[in-house]
Amino acid sequence: MSIFDGLRFRKVYSPIHNLDPRIKFVYVISIFVCAILFAQIIPLLLLFILQLPFVLLARVQRQWLRSLRGASFLAGLIFVINVATTYFTSGYTLTASNVEYAASLTLRFVVLIESFSVFFLTTSPDHLGLALEESRVPYEFAFAFTTAVRFVPVLAEEAQTIMDAQKARGLELEKGGLLKRIRNYVPVLIPLIVSAIRRSLELAEAMESRAWGATKQRTNLYALKLHRGDYALLAITVGILATAVYVHFFVSIPTIISLL
Amino acid sequence: MIEAENVHFSYPNKVEALKGVSITIKDGEFVAIMGQNGAGKSTFVKHFNGLLKPTSGTIRSDGVETTKSSVASLARNVGFVFQNPDHQLFSETVEDEIAFALKNFGFEADVIEKRVTWALNLLSLTQYRKTSPFLLSGGERKRVALASVLAWDPKTLILDEPTIGQDHEQKEKLRQFIMQMQTQGKTVVIVTHDVEFVAESNPRVVLMKEGKIVADGIGKEILTNPAILELSSIVLPQIAQVFMKLKSLGFPKNIIDIYEAKEIILKTLESKTGK
Repeated sequence: MSIFDGLRFRKVYSPIHNLDPRIKFVYVISIFVCAILFAQIIPLLLLFILQLPFVLLARVQRQWLRSLRGASFLAGLIFVINVATTYFTSGYTLTASNVEYAASLTLRFVVLIESFSVFFLTTSPDHLGLALEESRVPYEFAFAFTTAVRFVPVLAEEAQTIMDAQKARGLELEKGGLLKRIRNYVPVLIPLIVSAIRRSLELAEAMESRAWGATKQRTNLYALKLHRGDYALLAITVGILATAVYVHFFVSIPTIISLL
Repeated sequence: MIEAENVHFSYPNKVEALKGVSITIKDGEFVAIMGQNGAGKSTFVKHFNGLLKPTSGTIRSDGVETTKSSVASLARNVGFVFQNPDHQLFSETVEDEIAFALKNFGFEADVIEKRVTWALNLLSLTQYRKTSPFLLSGGERKRVALASVLAWDPKTLILDEPTIGQDHEQKEKLRQFIMQMQTQGKTVVIVTHDVEFVAESNPRVVLMKEGKIVADGIGKEILTNPAILELSSIVLPQIAQVFMKLKSLGFPKNIIDIYEAKEIILKTLESKTGK
């Protein structure tokens, strides 16, 4: 569950938290595109390092590290599978460049996790909803999205309680083979789903009794406005993207192996 | 028998929920654990069947240290009924719901059949045997949850907030039911905010505050002591409040039982009219 911990917003104030969520989202998508553009380890390493100032400025290093730790299992899996497939397909030979390629694909995954983690750690669900609304997403959808994000920790806590309740009735989740283990989770999943549905119905009633959707022209208490920092981030983003595209098409990137 | 020795417990987010709790609950005792929200009551009782393991200190359930045993084997002796029945109901019928734990504990099919019938009968649920638990009312669901635990006849029964959402009649039934369990020598531990319910049943009362036990004794003493109750922001039972106000007229102040109160008032009235 620690991978989700790294995506959970906590209220703190920092220059990064105050940035416009739309610009931040453009930034994350740009990093995403850059990471996909390259399969070489050096540019990916640069992308990884490039984001460290954001993490430090936002003072979310601890949660960020936790999300990386949560992703480490998947990252390890990606590395092993890549090394293994090249090993088997290239006639049972293991070359240094194959390992480097596997490492760079792993690093690409880490960069993606890193940037999404920074985005979600520094953007409150409210901001996110506001950003969606201002991007002309219908309010109903924006609201549904932010509510879903908001309920993730609630559901996680509820899942824990349900597991406790069923364990207290002698359920052993870790018993049996793979199929049996999956079936063991039925007594946990059904109450979880049922109570989520029940909660959503209650939420709908509570919202309607507070006049949700009464008027089409909603106004917001906080409006998103671009500040100097936002323009700066936009400039940085465009810079990164332009450099990346240029390097991708016109510069041949050396591998670490060839440099040694 | 539950023995806790200097139990400390911290959640993974470093919140220290228990700060050195020691208590011995003997077989056949009826204990009410009370205290504010966040006092550590639920956290503490979750140690009794090993759902939580102490960060330091020891808990022994019938002599077995909980850190050295699985929840499933501890649960055989310690039944735990959670506050919200919706956190455990999942079967298609009430009957299957009650049989779930019995199957987990490996009872024989004919024994399961007998136990289910017995538990349904005990909580007047027989008519719902083939009904889906999701179609029942809140109070009924709560009884199904209770029946599903009672079915395996654990020696110790823990009830987390059993009176929430129950009408007076159901509370009274629950009280009688606990008394009945006691005559069978079972240990019953309830976690509750319901002062009146506790006052009527007069169990041993354990008061918790900020992860520690601040008072432990018979209900009649603790529930009539405003200084202690204030610590845990619990109000006195209504009868105790009345007698507290009448103290200056020579009434005793530690009364929480309706029948005892009635006797005292009648006696006073008789002596007045007798004059």
